[in-house]
Amino acid sequence: MDPKLQLISIAGAAGLLLVVLELVRRRALLERYALLWLFSAVVLLVLACWRGLLERVSDVLGIAEAPNALFLLAFAAILVLLLHFSAAVSRLADQSKVLAQRLALVEERLRRVEAPREPRAAAESEPAEDHELVGAGKSRSTRIS
Amino acid sequence: MPSPARHLAVVPALNEAATIATVVGRIHAALPQFDVLVIDDGSTDDTGRVAEEHGARVVRHPFNLGIGGAVQSGFQFALDNEYDYMVQIDGDGQHDPRELGKLMDVMSSDPDVDVVCGSRFLSKDLKYPSPISRRTGIHLFAFLLSRLVDGRISDPTSGFRLYNRRAIQLFARDYPHDYPEVEAVLMLHHHRLRLRETPVRMFARGGGASSISGSGKSAYYMVKVLLALFVGLARRRPVPEPDGPPAITAHHAL
Repeated sequence: MDPKLQLISIAGAAGLLLVVLELVRRRALLERYALLWLFSAVVLLVLACWRGLLERVSDVLGIAEAPNALFLLAFAAILVLLLHFSAAVSRLADQSKVLAQRLALVEERLRRVEAPREPRAAAESEPAEDHELVGAGKSRSTRIS
Repeated sequence: MPSPARHLAVVPALNEAATIATVVGRIHAALPQFDVLVIDDGSTDDTGRVAEEHGARVVRHPFNLGIGGAVQSGFQFALDNEYDYMVQIDGDGQHDPRELGKLMDVMSSDPDVDVVCGSRFLSKDLKYPSPISRRTGIHLFAFLLSRLVDGRISDPTSGFRLYNRRAIQLFARDYPHDYPEVEAVLMLHHHRLRLRETPVRMFARGGGASSISGSGKSAYYMVKVLLALFVGLARRRPVPEPDGPPAITAHHAL
């Protein structure tokens, strides 16, 4: 490999490593996810520094051209990363659903508890029915809590 | 029982301001013992306000969670407020509250039954108007489910269901996301809860838009439910227990 090219790839991998570390330092990246990126950056750095490694890996895998081994490994790594993020997004969606449900239920209960203190709201529409409803809600919440 | 049983009717609604008043009114008229809870699943119209004005309790989601999330909020509400029975009645006017008496009769006649499901297809004289493609899909699910749960299921997509306390507890904890009805039947089977069907009449939709409309969406629905069925067979459904891991955890990696 051309030494100039090697210098450029070492600089690139080191740059990626620094960017990841800086993002962690600024708390823009959780350590949980940073580990994956740190790992990828380190692997890239090792491959850039150690020229014979890629050829050995491609020999072991039975791949004639060393760059093809790199493509294969990179593709596999990206696939795993994407799967990991899909799982993370699914978990977040689940968590936000639970939060939204809890929030909605607590809001409903809060409205019921606060309703008697605002006679204006109760008197606005259909006073008889509203009054009955408020009374029921009050007795119910006291019984539970 | 020391105190009379408490009943809750849950009406999931998304932008149904045009029909919600009728639905709430019908439930109150047909079944005065039922409290009505409208789940306003992120509506952008007046659904929640209209429902409240007509004497319903309203739980408002901050954003749209889909039918599964909406109905699950109903289960959680029923659990929090110690209801003994909960029925799901759709906000579009498709389910007729007058038919609810039939579900109640089945529930009270057999103490082993945990869920009573209103079926459109059990009786020949109660015709349900629906396109042939929709019916074909429903019958396919019905066929598969009947094999899986060892019992005849004629209308697995019907949401018109009456649940007792055991079923409320189960579904408050864990209810499928997108198109929950079919998978819920499977969950009942896994948790050894008993489902019984009874024939009911249903209306064509009164207003609003179905969550399943358009050929692309119904194809997606088919595939999604089939996947859920087969995955559901092998799925780990973690039930949170004391000392066990939390149901949803932030610390989880591949």
